[in-house]
Amino acid sequence: MGSKPRLMGYRRENGAMGIRNHVIILPLDDLSNAAAEAVAKVIPGTMALPHAFGRLQFGEDLQLTFDTLIGTGVNANVAAVVVIGIEPKWTQRVADGIAKTGKPVAAFSIEGKGDLQVIQEASRVAAMFLQDASGLVRTEAEMGDMIMSVKCGESDTTSGLGSCPTTSQAVDRWVEAGGSVFFGETSELTGGEHLIAERCIDAATRELFQTTYDNYIKVIEATGANLLGSQPTQGNIAGGLTTIEEKALGNIAKTGSVPVVGVLKPAEMPNPANPGLYFMDSSSAAAECVTLMAAGGAVIHLFPTGQGNVIGNPIVPVLKLTANIKTAKSMTEHIDLDVSGLLRYEYDLKKAGDMMMDVIYDTVNGRLCKAEVMGHREFTFTKLYISA
Amino acid sequence: MAITPPQYLLHHDGDNVAVAMEDLQPGTLHGRSVKEGTEGTAVLNHAIPLGHKFALTDLAEGDAIIKYGIKVGLASAAIKKGDYIHTHNMRSYRWEASRA
Repeated sequence: MGSKPRLMGYRRENGAMGIRNHVIILPLDDLSNAAAEAVAKVIPGTMALPHAFGRLQFGEDLQLTFDTLIGTGVNANVAAVVVIGIEPKWTQRVADGIAKTGKPVAAFSIEGKGDLQVIQEASRVAAMFLQDASGLVRTEAEMGDMIMSVKCGESDTTSGLGSCPTTSQAVDRWVEAGGSVFFGETSELTGGEHLIAERCIDAATRELFQTTYDNYIKVIEATGANLLGSQPTQGNIAGGLTTIEEKALGNIAKTGSVPVVGVLKPAEMPNPANPGLYFMDSSSAAAECVTLMAAGGAVIHLFPTGQGNVIGNPIVPVLKLTANIKTAKSMTEHIDLDVSGLLRYEYDLKKAGDMMMDVIYDTVNGRLCKAEVMGHREFTFTKLYISA
Repeated sequence: MAITPPQYLLHHDGDNVAVAMEDLQPGTLHGRSVKEGTEGTAVLNHAIPLGHKFALTDLAEGDAIIKYGIKVGLASAAIKKGDYIHTHNMRSYRWEASRA
């Protein structure tokens, strides 16, 4: 590229670079959604992140909920956080986890006070956080400062031919510029998992990847279920995809050609000293996967789609691209980039990659993506097993 | 040099299935392979929508279906060259319980 445009982001207290400047009202649990949503109404410009869990979880499943909540607050797209929970202890635990970044955090608990008093106290703090955040200015950023994530959805055969290879162009360019990228969707590697194993940078990473994959698949296969309609989804089938193996190869077509430098647990943050392409163990369900990747630190997400998935995320811009001309034409309010011309040979893959990078630069620099404009804020937790 | 938009694409030369690039009617079609850029023609026996697959060779029940140069499933019935391929005549070989 000749005249490279500048990337501008928000440098956080811990050095992480964000591309959005959200003040979030984060409920610890489902019971605290109402108070959190009320605060966001009292102080417009802040954003509540309601969700369905946080009560009577235990063990590894509870830990994942904490990691998801803390990771969301830690994410560099977030300027400040108000945490509201029913009980003080877990609420404070989440606030303390976020406070390690140095960003402003406050915690409120409802028991013994009631919603109305908490809404009043939390709104006063939220007002201050919002005004302070509004005074922050963007400074020059590098791709190496930022984590991108990729996950596709409602894929069809055009995904593996067009939108996923285009995403690969961006993945390779991002990593070659020193940045990190997450991919995941563990079950959706089935039939092509050997291709990912071969790309792992060393034997230890390969072994960890294989174990992670095998453990996930064991759970699925132990059910003995007919997965046709679930994985691949009904939308995948309507788009012409027949088997998990066929879908997996399309999925893998978006992961670039760079080595896999690490394997992350769900919502785990990578070592910033070791940038590159990371596999994150995750569901292939769009909102679950993007929520985990955002909690791991991704600040921008590329989402290739075939039949037209509409997912967004509260704190991370989710950019949609498609090579399906019908979807590009019928779902314009959701599609950020139409690369169907690639399949008509109107331009080559490098050019499609350039088009993708242009959209990425604009989005990093503050232009809203379609999912943000449409108000798609899916914040969806991964549940590992039943609650107590 | 401008390339005529292909009516079907296959990922690699040697794949035994191709993907429709528009809603297609039965007949002789022109297409190409993405990886090698090999141009060719193929016969389609059924009308199929954009994104759906058809066979480039005859396949017996149990034969491997190859896409991306890799096995992506098995023929669950005999398939003739030019036939529509989907869940009615193709299944996963990894998840054997997953079938129509």
